[in-house]
Amino acid sequence: MVQYLARRLVTLTITLIGIMVITFFIALVVPLDPLAAIAGPQAPQETVERLRKLYGFDQPVYVQFGRYLYRLAHGDLGTSFQTGRPVLEDILHFFPATLELATLALAIAILVGIPLGVLSAVYRNSPLDHFSRVLSLVGVSMPVFWLGLVLMLIFYFKLGWLPEPGRLDIMLIDPPRVTGMLLIDAVIAGDGEVFWDGIRHMILPATVLGLFGLAGIARIVRSSMLDVLSQEYIKTARIKGLNEFLVLTRHALRNALVPTVTIIGLTYGGLLEGSVLTETIFSWPGLGRYLAQAFLTLDLNAVVGGTMLVALTFSLVNLAVDLLYAFLNPKITYTE
Amino acid sequence: MKMNQTASHTLDKSDVRHKRFEARVRYIKDSYVLWRRNHLMMIGTFIILFLIIVAILAPLLATHDPYDQILSDRLSPPSLAYYFGTDSLGRDLYSRIVYGARVTLTIAFLVAFISMPIGTVIGVTAGWFGGAIDEILMRLSDVFLAFPRLILAIAFAAALGPGVENAIIAIAVANWPSYARLARAETLSVKNNDYIQVIRMLGASNLRIMVGHITPMCMSSIIVRMSLDMGTIILTAAGLGFLGLGAQPPMPEWGLMVSDGRQFLVDQWWVSTLPGFAILIVVMGFNLLGDGIRDILDPHQRQS
Amino acid sequence: MTSEPLLKVEDLRVRFYTLRGVVHALEQVSFHLNRQETLGLAGETGCGKSVTARAILRLIDPPGRIERGAIHFEGRNLLKAREAEMRRIRGSQISMIMQEPKVSINPVIRVGKQIAETLLIHDKSLNRRSARRQAVDMLAQVGIPDPGKMSRRYPHELSGGMSQRVMIAMMLVTRPKLLIADEPTSALDVTIQAQILELMKSLVREIKTSVLMITHDLGVMAETCDRVAVMYAGNVVEMGSVRDVLKTPKHPYTQSLLQTVPDNANPDQPLFSIKGNVPSLLEPQTNCVFAPRCEYAMNRCVREKPGSYAINDGHQAACFLMVEKEK
Repeated sequence: MVQYLARRLVTLTITLIGIMVITFFIALVVPLDPLAAIAGPQAPQETVERLRKLYGFDQPVYVQFGRYLYRLAHGDLGTSFQTGRPVLEDILHFFPATLELATLALAIAILVGIPLGVLSAVYRNSPLDHFSRVLSLVGVSMPVFWLGLVLMLIFYFKLGWLPEPGRLDIMLIDPPRVTGMLLIDAVIAGDGEVFWDGIRHMILPATVLGLFGLAGIARIVRSSMLDVLSQEYIKTARIKGLNEFLVLTRHALRNALVPTVTIIGLTYGGLLEGSVLTETIFSWPGLGRYLAQAFLTLDLNAVVGGTMLVALTFSLVNLAVDLLYAFLNPKITYTE
Repeated sequence: MKMNQTASHTLDKSDVRHKRFEARVRYIKDSYVLWRRNHLMMIGTFIILFLIIVAILAPLLATHDPYDQILSDRLSPPSLAYYFGTDSLGRDLYSRIVYGARVTLTIAFLVAFISMPIGTVIGVTAGWFGGAIDEILMRLSDVFLAFPRLILAIAFAAALGPGVENAIIAIAVANWPSYARLARAETLSVKNNDYIQVIRMLGASNLRIMVGHITPMCMSSIIVRMSLDMGTIILTAAGLGFLGLGAQPPMPEWGLMVSDGRQFLVDQWWVSTLPGFAILIVVMGFNLLGDGIRDILDPHQRQS
Repeated sequence: MTSEPLLKVEDLRVRFYTLRGVVHALEQVSFHLNRQETLGLAGETGCGKSVTARAILRLIDPPGRIERGAIHFEGRNLLKAREAEMRRIRGSQISMIMQEPKVSINPVIRVGKQIAETLLIHDKSLNRRSARRQAVDMLAQVGIPDPGKMSRRYPHELSGGMSQRVMIAMMLVTRPKLLIADEPTSALDVTIQAQILELMKSLVREIKTSVLMITHDLGVMAETCDRVAVMYAGNVVEMGSVRDVLKTPKHPYTQSLLQTVPDNANPDQPLFSIKGNVPSLLEPQTNCVFAPRCEYAMNRCVREKPGSYAINDGHQAACFLMVEKEK
């Protein structure tokens, strides 16, 4: 197990270097001149030239890359053109909001998706099964941004059941920032009103974000449960006199979860992608929205820093998923 | 006399050709039967056929010019004059959605037909040659795979600049690694087939083996992956359009149209809702089709 | 000691309602098993042996249905028991070991835990540590070396023979009254077969379990069984002590079956096979099932279905020839 982990970390490091190269390359390829954008359309050429020298854009590529790596090593991701603050600071500021939302979305996807898949398999071809399969298909095919708009239209504008886009009611004050995650901070501060309002604001975006994952998980749980339930060892469990619930959970599900775990990694990737779109729609002050705006305004430092962080997070999650898979599936002898 | 006698169990050339033909016909017939039995897949196929027809016949089906702005009629609700209503610039939504089918199909197929060959070539090469080449190519694809696809596509689209062509390139760049992985896996599994060994011994060049033998063996998995992928490609393209990084106005791209209608969501819901619905239907169609193709090409299913 | 048989199956009929038609899996199955006795259930593939086993455990799933009959276990009719009662009986009173042990054990749970599970299901007062210890003891009893270490292994790390021993351990750890063994050695190498059969025989003696040994291998039958019931196409055609049935078979099917065993004394003899085919179970049975292939078939055989006729004490056959002989 340890050797496996060690080997994966080495691979990860190489991948990270590659990530840095690519993100740098992306920034480099930008044909439009962001400096002209900062300086303003009326700025004379020499101002732009001075800015260029200041930011080091006049140096040859390898020098720029070298400086880039040097700064990275020192945790300096540059300054965001949008906000004027260091990118690292921006990222740390916005990340918890996304983490909160993504966690809730993942929880929804797992806690609803797995039982749905199990019930679908156990009661095969029942109305519940058909409903769940249709839901899965639709969930996987739906454009996230569209769903967000439609649900917002229905539940906020037309029905008024759920609050406006945003994290918190304008009238309420944020609790003192401890972790950056609204719910946790509210609990720490003992502020019940903020807590409940925060949850109400999270319902819609989390559902929208989580639906895709829910659909994917339900699908794979269903198919692997069907597979597992036809196996001989399930018969053995029944012969032992085990009640049906335990047969399903202790024996069947335990086996069916093995392929499901790999989907979790993919789901997480979907969450990262989805958050860019969802946060934009729901005006959620998180990393996704930050990134979307960075891309639009060509805020290079933010683009590079943000993309790299996303790739890093995704890689770590995939590593965790692979380890979890190896843990769950005893047949894997940790040689690839 | 004895030399001219062919043993009774060998076939001569024309027999071989005939038997191969028969086998192919039977395969196609079986596939057709499986297709018909699978109702969901039929629905998917019809949706896609419908989409293709709409795209081809767009000029005939549309009621207005999709770029034509009739400002006095802006933001009007669905009616007999404008089936789906009009958008903020007075353009007929129905016609724009109809023409949007062309845009969507073009993007989807271009992305697929760019990323698939590139990915397949890289994958087969990596799998066949192994060693350092394999390592380098796989590390390269790992790096690309370390980014969630949409994010990578957005990054490249942002870097390359807005526009449909750049969006297509961006999505293709994000897409090829999964084909490479798949092709490599398939190559590895057939590399040691007796069949391949024989051809090597007969002196076939690497290129010939890779192109003529290995690649065809990978094709069924690749096709399955491609059909399942189409839906995701369309969603990614729509996402880019929505963010303003893909198709640019005034092009009738569905994602872009959803974004346009965002400000008018409350009172003029049709501007955003209907194009998004079109995306949903099309992606569902491709997903159903993809599932069906997978069921057909998967050898396990064929036994029944 | 009561002379009441431990298990008495009466007139069992099981049908499967499939898309292709009604499968008459068991038409008229009756037999009994005495305490501390091994009864062999012999017959070709498809004759209904496994269905009988599943029926006893009441594990026949739809589209199968037990249509008629009674299964008396220790006096109680299992077909009338409630599901909760059946669950109590399964695993503790009646157990079953199956043909392919490697796929019959859960691959993601350690074997020791799975053996302990049987104990824990039926004895709620048992604590986990004690159950694990008993599991290890059981592993030793079934002849697995280094049982402590082995109990922490996963099934895929075991060979076929060892897996079957684990399966036996899992099913005998609760000392059931009845063990059903469904072709326990068919999937094993010949050398391992002998070992497993030996193991079973000694364990059965020790635990004083009664065994329903299902097999198509006449050799296994001869070696392990006290009595034998021969099945054909969903019917019991002959039943008696092993000696009686193997030495003096009365039913034409049994006779033909025994003829198919290759004769080592005359290796050049062409192999005998019973002419004709096993009837399709989709047809309802109105006459003797074996009649189409029977050399001695009479008019009566094609018109009526024979009951079971006694030949002597304990030996009976479902054949009109028995009746004719009486005349």
